[in-house]
Amino acid sequence: MTELPEIRPTDELSASEREALIASMRPEDAERVPELHEVDVPPELRREIEEAMSRYPQIRSAAIPALWAVQRRYGWCTPDGIRQAAAVMGVTPGYLQAVASFYDLFHLEPVGRHRVLVCTNISCWMRGADTLLAAFCEAAGCDPGEAGHGGASSPDGELYVSGFECLGACDIAPMASVDERYYGPLGEADAAAIVDQLRRGAEVMPERALARRPAAGGAEPVPDPRVAEAERRRAGETGSARGSE
Amino acid sequence: MAAETRLLFRHIDEPGLATIDGYRRRGGYRALERAFRELDEDEIQKALQDSGLRGRGGAGFSMGQKAGFLPRGEMEKYVCCNADESEPGTFKDRELMQKNPHQLVEGCLIAARAVGARYAFIFIRGEYWEIADVLDGAVAEAYAAGLAGRNILDTGIDVDVVVHRGAGAYICGEETALLDSLEGKRGNPRLKPPFPAVQGLYGGPTLINNVETLSNVPHIVANGPEWFRSFGTEQSPGTKVVSVSGCVQRPGNYEVELGIPAREIVEGLAGGPPPGRRVKAWFPGGSSAPVLTEAELDLPYSFEAMAEAGSMLGSGAIIVADDSVSIPELALRTARFYHHESCGKCTPCREGTNWTVKVLERVVRGEATPMDLDILASVQENILGNCLCVLGDSMAMPVGSMVRKFRAEFEQALEGAPAALEAAA
Repeated sequence: MTELPEIRPTDELSASEREALIASMRPEDAERVPELHEVDVPPELRREIEEAMSRYPQIRSAAIPALWAVQRRYGWCTPDGIRQAAAVMGVTPGYLQAVASFYDLFHLEPVGRHRVLVCTNISCWMRGADTLLAAFCEAAGCDPGEAGHGGASSPDGELYVSGFECLGACDIAPMASVDERYYGPLGEADAAAIVDQLRRGAEVMPERALARRPAAGGAEPVPDPRVAEAERRRAGETGSARGSE
Repeated sequence: MAAETRLLFRHIDEPGLATIDGYRRRGGYRALERAFRELDEDEIQKALQDSGLRGRGGAGFSMGQKAGFLPRGEMEKYVCCNADESEPGTFKDRELMQKNPHQLVEGCLIAARAVGARYAFIFIRGEYWEIADVLDGAVAEAYAAGLAGRNILDTGIDVDVVVHRGAGAYICGEETALLDSLEGKRGNPRLKPPFPAVQGLYGGPTLINNVETLSNVPHIVANGPEWFRSFGTEQSPGTKVVSVSGCVQRPGNYEVELGIPAREIVEGLAGGPPPGRRVKAWFPGGSSAPVLTEAELDLPYSFEAMAEAGSMLGSGAIIVADDSVSIPELALRTARFYHHESCGKCTPCREGTNWTVKVLERVVRGEATPMDLDILASVQENILGNCLCVLGDSMAMPVGSMVRKFRAEFEQALEGAPAALEAAA
């Protein structure tokens, strides 16, 4: 492979530099589909990606599942991991790179081990999300400016904190997704407690887990007569619908 | 006293509802048996059409009619369940999938049967990882019970159900972007027509419906369209799971009959704003819906009444802002979201969302001039209807409505205005 020049954003290039760059690109230089024997793919990763490929009528649909598998294994979508997935799927690494860069949850650079996404959209914002994000940053030692613009990792690499768009849990606002589980409503002190729990490897606030939250309307109300009638009818049909009440 | 009418949310917190045994004990999968053993495609489609069920994802289009757009005959057809729920303020599908996943799986299977689809995909947003795990479990149970996969209930019909996790992109809730993402690409919207019903996933006819829409299907097939029409209004039959959030005392999902006054939902069920506060503005259907005022809480909550008021029922997410909330700041938060999520394909949306954020930042900092408000209004007008999808419109509509209805508040924040000077001091 030819040696690559220093990489700079194209926005920062002058017009002549840009022209020279484009002229230097030749189709034959494009990275091709890596062969499986050229790439050292861990067997479990290969199995996981092949299993995903088998679920769809067309294998390219496995691009996102494959990237998830890479990110779970290596902590982020590493260039090597992407190359391995590309070899299994029979696509170019550039293709998977382009897909990964579109989606907010894929990391193309290393990030902290535990991931805290703080929703800062309107419903959470009205209930104190900005303060919550700042509290997580302070507790974790992350740069608050960066956390609000794409995410920031702590110096020890243990935590990654990011302000995030609506996570779909405005009922527990202000809230956060901690290692892919939802918690809320959270106050400033909770942020510090969660960071501490993550650092110690302890269970994160079970009492604030969304999974345990009952419906907002409370106990099951007396059913609407039409609903009750339909349930009686169905119970009669099968003779086995014992649990209708 | 406001009360819920629980149909989809019936038994929602009972232990075991999420398991196949618990679901079947409450009459679950009876509709599937009926749809696969007793009814043909036309009969199921007719029931859906007669029920008047309208899409619960945002557009409110008749589900039965949409299913009818798919061509007949031997070809690969698909059903996609849109579980990418990312409209700010919306969290109903999350609770439906978490607590009653089989209701959705049954709905997907019946929908696949109705249009002759071999596959039903459930596209769930990547952020809902723990919910996707629940769905995976439910799908596996359905397979093990012979209700999904090959030769369902010995009828010779095959339908595979695949749970597909996204990876964080609001735009993938747009149906054609969802299809591109499901095909393993970047989630860019496609030009319509052709509509997905004709040319969708892998180029095949595709029926795309929201989680709540599909969750209604077993109830319609089991109880008949007339029964379903006895709920709600003539033009908006059925119930609606409404997500209420923001400045209310009891935020959460409430299932109500369509057509009850919005005030009963916001104040009766969700408890209204905290004591001493009053409602200033509310979004009736997610952050893409133009805002309404306190007086408009007395309107019936239905597709048609919200449209008449110049807004929309959308995804059925009510976000309440009380009098402690600054409308220009609310507009800025709203605009920033769409700016971040714009895929960048169409210029009016890519540049328009950017301009809107910049102007609103000047307004909030007290540096804007009166001309900025006119620019703000004209940028919104130039986005509307000029893009491949409605993401840009989804910002232009609420932001435009805030400037129109609360112009005085924006003017108070202008450079040199007493309020702005006070804030800057």
